Order: sequence, then C-alpha cells, then structure tokens
Amino acid sequence: MSIELKDVHKAFGDTKVLKGFSLRVEKGETVSVIGGSGEGKSTLLKHANGLLKPDAGEVWVDDQRIDVLEGSELYDARRKVGYVFQFAALFDSMTIAENVAMGLRRIEGMSEAEITDRVRSSLARVDLEGVDEQYPSELSGGMKKRAGLARAIALEPAYLLYDEPTTGLDPVTLSMVDELILRMRDSLGVTSVVITHDMDSAYRISDRIAMLHDGRVRQFGPPDEIRDSDDPVVRGFVEGRPDLIEEAS
Amino acid sequence: MDSLLSPVRWVGRTTTSFVSAIGRGALLSVDAGRSLRKVDMWGPLLIPEMVSIGVASIPLALFIAAFTGVVLAIQASYTFVGTVPLYFVGALVGKTIILELGPVLTGLALSGRVGASNASEIATMRVTEQIDALESLAYDPVAYLVVPRVLAGTLMFPIVISFAIATGIAAGWLTSIALLDLATPQFVRGLRLFFDPYDVQFALFKSATFGATVTSVGAFFGYTCRGGARGVGRATTRAVVVSSMIILVLDAFWAATLL
Repeated sequence: MSIELKDVHKAFGDTKVLKGFSLRVEKGETVSVIGGSGEGKSTLLKHANGLLKPDAGEVWVDDQRIDVLEGSELYDARRKVGYVFQFAALFDSMTIAENVAMGLRRIEGMSEAEITDRVRSSLARVDLEGVDEQYPSELSGGMKKRAGLARAIALEPAYLLYDEPTTGLDPVTLSMVDELILRMRDSLGVTSVVITHDMDSAYRISDRIAMLHDGRVRQFGPPDEIRDSDDPVVRGFVEGRPDLIEEAS
Repeated sequence: MDSLLSPVRWVGRTTTSFVSAIGRGALLSVDAGRSLRKVDMWGPLLIPEMVSIGVASIPLALFIAAFTGVVLAIQASYTFVGTVPLYFVGALVGKTIILELGPVLTGLALSGRVGASNASEIATMRVTEQIDALESLAYDPVAYLVVPRVLAGTLMFPIVISFAIATGIAAGWLTSIALLDLATPQFVRGLRLFFDPYDVQFALFKSATFGATVTSVGAFFGYTCRGGARGVGRATTRAVVVSSMIILVLDAFWAATLL
C-alpha cells in the first residue's frame, strides 16, 4: 500500500514544471512536500489522484497505475484518495452537509440514513458539529478547511492529499489543523501527503519531508535530516535565506 | 522591423488561439456526447435546469415579445396606410414574429440571461477548484455541469419561444384593435392569409438550435476559463458575444437551407 510517482514530467505550454519528479510514500506515513511558490507542488499532488496526467512517467496507487486509467476505473481509484483543497473548494451553492454528502451519493447502495450518519460522523471527526445547514460563505477560513477535510474523509479513503492546509490561518487554527492531520493518521490509519510552506507545521506532522526544487526532489528524509541539511538550497528554504538558494543556483 | 512584424504576430496569435478554441470545443463536445450515457449523473439535474433555464426565462421572453408585437403592428399600419389593405397588419405581425423576431430576439435576450449565467457559474467553479473537487469525488464534471444544461436549453428554448410568439401576436392584435381601428376579424384574416404550419415547425426547430448554442457556448467558456475574477468576467462576456453571433449566423443558415 503506497503512493508512488516515478520520473514524472509535466509542462504547461513552454513551462516545464516537473522534470523527473519521483517520490514514494509508504503505508501509514505522513510525508510533507516543501518548496517555493510556483515550484509545482500542487501540480504533483494533482497527479497523485489523477486530476492531472503526466506528460511522461508513472503514477501508482497501491498496485494500480492510475495515470493510464479512464472513466469509471479512474473514478473508483479516486475514491481511495481523498483530496483536501487549498481553499477548501466547497460547493458554494450547497450546505455543508450537502457538500460532505456529495461523494457518498456516488456510492451504490448507500441509503439516505447511512449518508446522513456518515456526514454527521465525518463532521464530528473534524470538530465541526452544528454547521450542517450553513453555507460555506457563512463559515470562517479554518472552518471551511475542516469542512473540506470532512468531505474528503467521508469516503473513508486510504490516502489523504492536503494542498497547503494551513495557508492563511492564524497560529491557533493552524495548530488545530495540524492536530487534525495527525488525528486522521492515528484514528483512520490514512497515508498522507501534505503540501506546505510552513516549516513548523512540516516538522510537527511529518514522518518524512521532501524538498521540491527545479521540478525534482532535492532531498527526502526525516524532519531532523531536513532541518540539519548541508544542501544550501534546502537550508536556504527552511531557514528562509534566499541568498543561499541564489548562491547554489 | 519589430513594429512591422507586430500585425503579423497578432494575426498569428489570434489564428492560433481561434484554432485552439475550436479544438477544445470539439473535445468538450466529444466528452459531452460520451457523458450522455451517465444518466444517473445528469438525470436528477435535468428538471431543475429546465426550470432555471426555461421557466425562469419566460417573463423576460414575454416582455420582449409583447413590445415587439406592439411596435410591429404600429409600424405595419404606418407603412400600409393608403397603399395596402390594413388587414395585412395581421399577416405581417404573424409571419414576422413566427419566422424571425420571436426566435431571434428571444434567443439573443436569453444568450444574455442563460449564457452569461452558465458561463459565470461554471467559470467560478473552475477558478475556485470546485470542478477539481467534483472530479476528486468521482463525478464526471461534464456529465454533471454541461450535459443537463445543454439538454435543458435544447428542450426549453422552443417552449419559451412558442410562448413568446403567442404573446407577440396577441400584443399585435390588441394594438390593432385598440390603436389602429382594425377589427378582430380583419386582423385574423390577415394572420391566416399567409399562415403555414411549417413556419411553426421551422421556428421551433430553430429555437432548439439556439438553445443548444447558448447553453453549450456558455458551458464551454465557463469550463475552459482560466485566470481568477478577470477570467470569469472574460468567459462571461465571450459566452454572450459568441453565442449571439452564432445565433445570427444560424438564423441566416436555417433561412437559406430550410425555407
């Protein structure tokens, strides 16, 4: 049970974003991917559940190569991989309960009572009770992120992909989201890939951290190894020193 | 040299972007055709879309049609006085509204109401990653967002436009008896003089193609939108402009081929 991207290349027009990116995330692990803005972190995450297809390379989820799947096979594969979007991407014309129920309605044979129960339990897991009938616009930023997480875990995925889950949050809400990510790993046993800019958060939640630079993994290892890295690009990023990155480039 | 080349570059860029848009439109049409099989996904949304696209458009369509009927009757009478018998007012009002003004004016007005609304809603979903979210929840976004709207537009435009035609003719009749000293039998005589049931079939067919155009163009520009709030605005404007242009081209094409 793992997610693996093998030598993935992706370009948008003339801009090459991923240039041979490889990463393997083992079962039960939480891996953070760090890197500068515009380096392609969200792009690589979208490859991991088939929202984007690589120009070259392979994407494996469990023992299934998902970048070649189409139609219902791809949709079945996606159910195993929950995606928490950067700005939650909640459907703004639906209530929170309807948002969380959306994925469940695609499961054949699930009754309305079962859907209601699953919606309640998913919202409870992220400490978001009593907002079922509210619309996304009525929630704070942190609550929206939690609602987005509830929508992703409602399908009981084996994997969770978080796209900058803590961006734009105050320090208290930020630690609350970190706590939720750890809780999802411990209580649901999910394997997680987290895209983040926030080094404190990355050190707190990660089993391993991968640094993305120039379309490839620059360094991949436990938090301590990243913190004490000798690589000037990695050090420059984690210490917030652009001069080190410029010198190395 | 650079300034000499810039018009050439502009032509090149415009041609490339036009051909690319045609290609993306063709791909989206193929996807939509494939998604027709997924009735479980678009089926539950068809009736709500028919209400939103069709029923909710009726007041606007009737408003336009009523004033068109009034103006047509007055202008026909103004033109005919002293040269053509006045009962021809009924003929002109009926023929013009059924064949041309009912479908085209309503189609153009609905390209603003329906096309803009479709484009902006889908474009907003695109730039806020809601379409990606649909995909991540195992929904086919084309089956969910595009197919029900295009089907609803194709089915509902003929219904809305038939109401508009009836209202336009009724307004022309009321104007004739109230303002033009024309009696009802005279107006009806003119109305029946050149009436051909084929005209109604032609109008309804034309309306269905307008409905398909307005909804699919709106969905296309929304679905392929990029670039935040400005992108949403651009998609909405293009949807209205392009669908209006296609309506006028189709109008001429159907007139040349079917009449």
